[in-house]
Amino acid sequence: MTFTVPDIAWAQLTPVLIVLGAAVVGVLVEALVPRRVRRVVQLTLTLVALGGAVVAVAALWNSVADTGGTEVLGGSLLVDGPTLVLWAITAVLALLAVLVIADRTATGEDAFAPQGAAVPGSGYEEAARAAGLEQTEVYPLVLFATGGMLIFPATGDLLTLFVALEVLSLPLYLLTGLSRRRRLLSQEASMKYFLLGSFASALLLFGIALLYGFSGSLRYAEIADAVRTVSGMDGLLLAGSLLVLAGLLFKVGAVPFHSWTPDVYQGAPTPITGFMAACTKVAAFGALVRVFYTVVPDLRWDLEPVMWTVAIATMAVGTVVALVQTDIKRVLAYSSIAHAGFVLTGVVALVQSGITAVLFYLLAYGAATVGAFGIVSLVRERGAVRAGAGAGVGAAARVPALATAGSASAGTGASDGTAASAAAGASAGSTADVVGTGSGADGAADPDGEEPPVEAEGPILGEATHLSQWAGLGRTNPVLATTFALFLLSFAGIPLTAGFTGKFAVFSAAVEGDAWPLAVVGVLASAAAAFFYVRIIVLMFFTSPHGGPRDDADDEARPGAVVVASQGFAVVAIGACAVLTVLLGVLPGPVLDAIAGVAQLLP
Amino acid sequence: MPSTVATTDVPWLTLLIVWPLVGALVLWLLPRGARAPGATADAEGTVAAGPRRYTRQIALGVALVEVALGVGALLAFDTGAARVHQLSETHAWISQLGVSYAVGVDGVGLALVLLSVVLVPVVILAAWREQGSGALPTERLRHYLALVLVLTAFMVAVFAARDVFLFYVLFEAMLIPVYFMIGAFGGPRRRYAAVKFLLFSLAGGLIMLAGVIALYLQGPGGPQGFLTDNLTGLDLPVGTERWLFLAFFLAFAIKAPMFPVHTWLPDAAEQAPAGTSTLLVGVLDKVGTFGMLTLCLPLFPEASRWAAPVIIALAVVSILYGALLAIGQQDLFRLVAYTSVSHFGFIVLGIFAFTSTSVAGSSFYMVNHGLSTGALFLLVGFLAARRGSARIEDFGGLQKVTPVLAGVFLVTGLSALSLPGLSTFVSEFLVLVGSFGTNRAAAVVATLGVVLAAVYVLWTYQRLFTGPVRGDLAGTRDIGGRERWVVGPLIAIMLVLGFYPAPALRLVDEPAAQTVEHVGGEPPAVEMPIAVDGDSEGSEQ
Repeated sequence: MTFTVPDIAWAQLTPVLIVLGAAVVGVLVEALVPRRVRRVVQLTLTLVALGGAVVAVAALWNSVADTGGTEVLGGSLLVDGPTLVLWAITAVLALLAVLVIADRTATGEDAFAPQGAAVPGSGYEEAARAAGLEQTEVYPLVLFATGGMLIFPATGDLLTLFVALEVLSLPLYLLTGLSRRRRLLSQEASMKYFLLGSFASALLLFGIALLYGFSGSLRYAEIADAVRTVSGMDGLLLAGSLLVLAGLLFKVGAVPFHSWTPDVYQGAPTPITGFMAACTKVAAFGALVRVFYTVVPDLRWDLEPVMWTVAIATMAVGTVVALVQTDIKRVLAYSSIAHAGFVLTGVVALVQSGITAVLFYLLAYGAATVGAFGIVSLVRERGAVRAGAGAGVGAAARVPALATAGSASAGTGASDGTAASAAAGASAGSTADVVGTGSGADGAADPDGEEPPVEAEGPILGEATHLSQWAGLGRTNPVLATTFALFLLSFAGIPLTAGFTGKFAVFSAAVEGDAWPLAVVGVLASAAAAFFYVRIIVLMFFTSPHGGPRDDADDEARPGAVVVASQGFAVVAIGACAVLTVLLGVLPGPVLDAIAGVAQLLP
Repeated sequence: MPSTVATTDVPWLTLLIVWPLVGALVLWLLPRGARAPGATADAEGTVAAGPRRYTRQIALGVALVEVALGVGALLAFDTGAARVHQLSETHAWISQLGVSYAVGVDGVGLALVLLSVVLVPVVILAAWREQGSGALPTERLRHYLALVLVLTAFMVAVFAARDVFLFYVLFEAMLIPVYFMIGAFGGPRRRYAAVKFLLFSLAGGLIMLAGVIALYLQGPGGPQGFLTDNLTGLDLPVGTERWLFLAFFLAFAIKAPMFPVHTWLPDAAEQAPAGTSTLLVGVLDKVGTFGMLTLCLPLFPEASRWAAPVIIALAVVSILYGALLAIGQQDLFRLVAYTSVSHFGFIVLGIFAFTSTSVAGSSFYMVNHGLSTGALFLLVGFLAARRGSARIEDFGGLQKVTPVLAGVFLVTGLSALSLPGLSTFVSEFLVLVGSFGTNRAAAVVATLGVVLAAVYVLWTYQRLFTGPVRGDLAGTRDIGGRERWVVGPLIAIMLVLGFYPAPALRLVDEPAAQTVEHVGGEPPAVEMPIAVDGDSEGSEQ
């Protein structure tokens, strides 16, 4: 075998190079720049890099629209229309998500642990917090993940696909474990994500090996040729494609590979959840579309029953389980599973308009997701006022009471002043830290501990994620609640929001591709899904904040929600998401035209 | 039928749609202003200051200008060619999906647009300052009135839509303002009612969405593939056509509402503020029957004929069932809601009897029912505001205390039982006569509904207004000046159209004939000289 040096068209790679280059620079910044200015430098670098990636995509647009795209790096990257669209969507959503990540809010604290390596509850952690340490590594990690997400859907080579998968996943595993609040839950989520993710990677790798054994190549195009020509090795081919698809379906969170989603979405720092939910889905669906449309279209009759089952199960499970959730982040997690099912209906349609529909849906869903999680990150709960301890904003120690494994939750409030000694590690706010049970049972995060009544302004703690805490938000914070309602209506697919246009597009594609039963299931699932979105709107607007009738059965007292002021970054991001959601709902024409104009995959 | 569209120089319909939206935006953006001297601070903003004090006046002004615009549209409309979609505008909206912003009205559409814009100022006036339990503080009233104006825009647009996708979008989008109008401003069980309303409507709408998509793929496609004209007269396979018909019809039957998918209406009507119920039942539910008339029949003629016997049976059941349940109600709002189920039965019966007489009757019935039921809801609202309760047992002998209110209630009630001389009589008579030719048994049974109507109206009147005056009702106010302006215009229109229905019939007659042509219905057995000799209708019997 001879090795020829590939001719590299660097210009085509600029978006990827900018993002990954900035990530490397970010690592150097961590090492060399003084701590005082590190956050500013990192944030500027990240925003400039992501903005630069968008500009670079725009610069490539016309030439790709004319030529239909080129193979770069000897076919490892296919810079065609869908790639550009996916790059643009990923970069824009990542940019918005970084704005949410960067927001320290009025509490002066970001969403990340002051020192990720510190054992939760240890004196070391408290010392790190007291010293005002910050994990600015978050920014290069996000950039690395984004870089992986850019390569993932663009590659035309199974090995690069695997590498990109790892590049995008590893930073996400880390980021998931870095939550400032509820650290054990966060670390547990990280562990789960890592274990299940590695398992999925292994499946993917095994599938790649089988496909290589079948075709003798790792290139999509050559495998597709082999599918048409080689006979007698159907077992290898089928097993290989199913395993590769399974690896990809894991990343999009499709049933039966969805079980990580709720735990990880709940445990991860909320801004990271937004980033992960939006951008990972975009990248993974991009890769799935490319594999499904270019590698295995000739296996259509073999794979269709599998994919149909997956799509239907995803929509059904996501919708039905979301109905009974009581935690806002878990509701959004199951809703994201249901949305994965809706997108899958467009993927399995295997028609040209399906690509446009999927790309548009991803943009619509991503905008609403980043915005929704951005809002969740601003809705906080207030701890009780502590007697004796100086409970200034941000002074409360975020340390979990260490519950024995298996107990439903911990974090009993220490309102009697025992928390005065920070090193002792007593928890200040009762619900701030909750130990997951490890079983992933729904509602594990509900604190059962008795709560001291809130008398006055206590310290602002973590996010108020229990649904009952959102009651009456429409009365106290009408603008924020209205914006959140807008995102929920978009998720529900109400006309004149982006979500409706997206749903309409994917269902149309499904019907056009003779997958009308999928469209019917999708429509029914949408109707059921509307219920839990509407339930949140009912809570926010039609229920009194305090003392009013509660919708859910458990009527235990929880601290009410307060909305902390943003530093400005998150407001910009949420505002941009809201504008996108409305614009893509009312005037989707230009965006649809632009996507459809280039939505032609290279073979 | 490309020749059935006439364009316009002045975009009357767009004006009618945009103007209330502008009004709603103004209401929402009204600056708080400095507090008026002497005003006391209040968390709920009971006392508004600055420009917000004029919330009501601004909303009413916007609504009255809207009525003027409606009159302008009527004058620009050529009633001699009512079967043609006039005042039309067509612009590309989402050409990638084949969607256009296409509006235009034929006679029926215009009649319903006018009904919508006429009811809005009435509803705003009714919400002016509700006495007793229903009173809204000014600050919240501002949001309520803004939602009413948003809803106005959607109502006009949905009756004017000539694009199936646009129709669907509006059909769904108008749920949202109504949802908030019930859920945020209604009675004690408002959350339940609002959610039930939304989920029923949404479920129906989403099923229709599947039909909309499938229909588009059967059509010619292209950037104007959703225009109703491009989807009419398709040669659909029989099975496909029937499925599509069912998808559309189910959504409309829920909206209308017909037995057995009517159960959301009594709850919604009971819990919503009276003005909301007026718009909900008076106008919004007409979208259901309007959809059957203008989408189901022309788009799926074969399937309509196929399904007609079952639908007529359901319509007759609705008529009797609604009336019987109305008789048994204790809550006045629920009672009126059930009478509407009965009346919608008549409308559906007329539509699916496929004679030009019955279809014209149904079209006219939609307008009359909006006026009559709207007025009834508002009157019940007045009663409930006085008593703090809408239960019949809480009233008695009011006639001696509030004679004018009693009289107005009686006239409105009689319009609900279709007394000759009131416009509802004309339409109900046309429906029954028209149906008699093609569906004799159904028409005969439906006539029983008229008898039951007499029971629920007169017995209710008897229990509310006659007999000895209950002691605690002695000081009840009679109908006030503002309230006269609320119901006065509605009763006046009903009387005028009752004695001289010709202008209204001229609007609906031609479109009805055209619809029947499309469906290929049998010629009417009893041909009524309605358009020529309209004013003799009142003395037919």
